[in-house]
Amino acid sequence: MATMWTTRVRRATIERIDPQDALPDNQPSYVASWIYVFGVLTLAALAVIIGSGIWLTTKGAAWWHSSSVGHYVNSVHLWAVEMFFVFMVVHLWGKFWMAAWRGRRFMTWVTGTFCFLASLATAFTGYLIQGNFDSQWIATQAKDGLNSVGIGSFMNTLNSGQALLLHVALLPLAVGIIVVWHVILVRKNGVVPPLDAKEIAGGGK
Amino acid sequence: MSTKERNVDLAKWSGPKRPYDLVKEFVIALVVVTVLVGALAALFSSPDDRAITLQQWGQNAPSDFVATATGELAGSTISAGYGAPYNTAAEGLNLGPLKIQKWAGVTIPVNPAEDFVLKPLKSSIDPAVPGAVATWNGASSDQQTKWASDYASAIEKAGDAASVTADAAYGPVPILTNALLHLAQEGSLDGLLTTQVTPLPSDFTMPMLFLADGAYFDDLGAKQHLHGDQWGMMNETGSYPGQSWLWMFSSLYQIEPFKSSENADAQIFFVLMLLNLGFIFMPKLPFINRLPRLIPFHRLIWRKYYKENNL
Repeated sequence: MATMWTTRVRRATIERIDPQDALPDNQPSYVASWIYVFGVLTLAALAVIIGSGIWLTTKGAAWWHSSSVGHYVNSVHLWAVEMFFVFMVVHLWGKFWMAAWRGRRFMTWVTGTFCFLASLATAFTGYLIQGNFDSQWIATQAKDGLNSVGIGSFMNTLNSGQALLLHVALLPLAVGIIVVWHVILVRKNGVVPPLDAKEIAGGGK
Repeated sequence: MSTKERNVDLAKWSGPKRPYDLVKEFVIALVVVTVLVGALAALFSSPDDRAITLQQWGQNAPSDFVATATGELAGSTISAGYGAPYNTAAEGLNLGPLKIQKWAGVTIPVNPAEDFVLKPLKSSIDPAVPGAVATWNGASSDQQTKWASDYASAIEKAGDAASVTADAAYGPVPILTNALLHLAQEGSLDGLLTTQVTPLPSDFTMPMLFLADGAYFDDLGAKQHLHGDQWGMMNETGSYPGQSWLWMFSSLYQIEPFKSSENADAQIFFVLMLLNLGFIFMPKLPFINRLPRLIPFHRLIWRKYYKENNL
């Protein structure tokens, strides 16, 4: 039975999850600073981005140009993205000054950086599909940067259809997977203890 | 870092804990962020300057339109001399000995004279066009270039295409470019350049490359503070924050050696790749990974813990 793939997957996933680690109702006493709020604020902003994005997606790419409700939903989407990046940058700086990669948390840092970079690409494609002067200008300017290193052969900024599909399908999926991976690592490894914490006070989860 | 400290970082926390409701924290954060962005959206809205069409270009700047179309025939525009991924007219940008722009080849074929001018003219009802096209196609490449270049020079000298007097030295170029202008002004050129593959277009490569070859579109960008030397595409029309997270990308275009480099796009892309690698592997970088200890912001973050433990 041990060789069954299903058994192996269960043992590698579900059986390794401690419910207290996955959804703890307490935290080490050192988790007491406003800086800890910015991680969850980033997730909250992402939730608003996804919600407003789904609304815009169901109505079609041009809806927001002709509907006042659509324009408002687009504005919510835009400002949620702006706040998402503000929260994420504060979160990243906080984690840097906490040296939060200590104690085998390097991959938590790496997934955080991947999340930032994937979000940049997602936001960029969002700017390309606005269907207005901004998207025309950004597309014509950005093409030179991507073409200069050969990437433009595969990602054509002037092809709105390609940018639209990347923005609403592939890139959000990538961001979603990375965010889930990042959160799992945070829960698995716990919140990093303070620098120079005394052994008697503990550390880790 | 001592072995003792590493063990502390790794070990399961056995010290005091405090209640922490993660789900409640997320729900409160979601409500706060929803209200915040809802208010920002209501107060500041979002920019939506209407997209520019070839029809607008033809109507608002006919001379620039004719000059650009002439440039496409002469092979003197940005698109005509671009290189990969559109054509083989240039080597493209390089990074030292590496010709990185053309490594993937021509994947989006664009022949500006043919695609922007001659193919759309097949839809023209101007009776002079078929003859002009036949004359153009029957001429040698050198003759075509001379006709178009001479006409471009005449427009530049006159300052306005409409002021250039007819001359056999320009061959069929004035007929071709003015017929194309007419197609643009009546609104049919926008469709002709986007429906070459399918009548339901989603790819605007052709009209956007043509539009960006002219001065009209560029001038509109400059008025909206969107030029590269105005921090470029990081900005948006109006006074919106735009893609402020691209500040490092845009800032490199403002400084030497990139500011005056012909290979700035490739060089800046390479620099950003290096910076991103540094960002990803920051915990492994000597000195950088010591900064959190050298500049003790962590004393502020964990001040309660340090105070309670007399550290």
